[in-house]
Amino acid sequence: MQYSILIYGAEGIFEHLAEDEQSEIMQAHRDLQKALEEKGPFGTAQLMPTTNAVTIKPLTDKGMKPLVVDGPFAETKESFLGFYVTDFATLDEAIGFAEKLASPYISLEIRPVTWAGGTLSPDT
Amino acid sequence: MMQPDWLEIQFSIIRPRALAALTRQFRDLEIAEESFAISCERALKNWPARGLPDDPFAWLLTVSRNAGRDILRKQSRHYGAEQAEPSEMLEELYIEYIDNEGLRDDVLRLLFICCHPALTPQDQSAVALRIVTGMSVEEISGAFLIKPKTMEQRITRAKRTIASANTPFETPDLIERSNRLNTVMLMLYLTFNEGWSASSGETHIKLPLCNEAIRLCRLLLDLFPSVSELMGLLSLFLFQHSRWTARISEQGNLIPLEHQDRTKWDHAKINEAHALLEKALRHGTPGSYQVQAAIASEHARNQPSSETDWVEIERLYRALYLLEPTPVIKLNHATAIAKTKGPRAAIDILKTLEKELAHYRWYHSALGGLYEEIRDFSASIAAYNEALLLNPTKQETQFLADKISMLEKNF
Repeated sequence: MQYSILIYGAEGIFEHLAEDEQSEIMQAHRDLQKALEEKGPFGTAQLMPTTNAVTIKPLTDKGMKPLVVDGPFAETKESFLGFYVTDFATLDEAIGFAEKLASPYISLEIRPVTWAGGTLSPDT
Repeated sequence: MMQPDWLEIQFSIIRPRALAALTRQFRDLEIAEESFAISCERALKNWPARGLPDDPFAWLLTVSRNAGRDILRKQSRHYGAEQAEPSEMLEELYIEYIDNEGLRDDVLRLLFICCHPALTPQDQSAVALRIVTGMSVEEISGAFLIKPKTMEQRITRAKRTIASANTPFETPDLIERSNRLNTVMLMLYLTFNEGWSASSGETHIKLPLCNEAIRLCRLLLDLFPSVSELMGLLSLFLFQHSRWTARISEQGNLIPLEHQDRTKWDHAKINEAHALLEKALRHGTPGSYQVQAAIASEHARNQPSSETDWVEIERLYRALYLLEPTPVIKLNHATAIAKTKGPRAAIDILKTLEKELAHYRWYHSALGGLYEEIRDFSASIAAYNEALLLNPTKQETQFLADKISMLEKNF
């Protein structure tokens, strides 16, 4: 079954960390990506801060022009920071892989995927 | 296991908002700072054992408020006057910020208070870093490359000045809010620039100043997510900052943009800067920071510098000069014109700025470069020598000296 590993944490923590801790975290991601690659295809994305986002509000009327606003308003507590999606044989296997990312700064949600599609290509 | 380091990070993220709320409550910066420090101490004792509270901000704010009231009580006993607490304060104990409406104006006010017009721009930055971001005096003096003792005196004096400022605590109207935003954005802009191009001395980049300016700008944008000039300002910072590792050679010399190793640019920052600028431009409310970011974005395109779109850059500088008609911007506009219409056209414009920019060393180094292009070497050497007299940084001095000796050889 496909599972997503969703990463939540406070925005801006990473920039505050000491350099060696930052590189430790980056190394954990590289290790996970390497391990996933050996298993098969996977998708992943690191999201920019919410200040870079816009939100399209729900349509309240048929035929109305969608309302685009800045934000969402940043949550001081937790934001959605990024995700992985791939195929795991069991939930335990998914947890085993996700654990590689565990740190004091984030919580990891492992949520089964109903359907996934499309392709992601690495950016610069 | 919660590491103390991590708690410190939590505190520093929460600090600006908490201090803003406390300053509003107690109308006193000293009490706000002291009570927040007390709440952080208690958190250091409590959190590692009990775990992070659900809402660390609310926890710290509540504990700070109680601590602040204790300080007030002690003070009033000290003066022998048992004052009844204003009822507003008691009520506020139970009212947490439900939305960010009040809080965002509190944070803006706190930053605005630091920008007291009687303070020099550098003192404004220093006191904002001390109070709002909570950097220590040692860290700030290190960032500005000023002796800790001197910095301490300056911050103490600056704090006294801003404590006497009578900034109203009512919610500002739209015009006042935008005035405050403009003042604070200018302070951040100058803080970043101080870090980015040290005005004199040995070091060419004071990295902590750039980082803190970016952090405070992010904070403001979090609180005011629809202000296009804030997006422009953050975008501009990120474009500039993306190049810092490519900007200084191993020998510590300044590398001009066209000779930088572009693989050293931080592309994550550039991407974010592009995203912010695009978002800002959707608003259709151009301003100086957005135009400057647009110019920076042209320079940050992933292509060799020979393919830089100077026609677009020249157009943007023209727009910038309309928004901000200053001689320095005219100088920058002229250097863009040098690329589109040739160095002679630019020299003609620069000549009109001779008086106004006589003491501006970039004027003379730009002029030197233009004379070099038209092979008027004696005029070029004279201009570079003029720039050398105007207290350049060590790296610039090296750059100028190299130029002069090279020109003298070819002469």
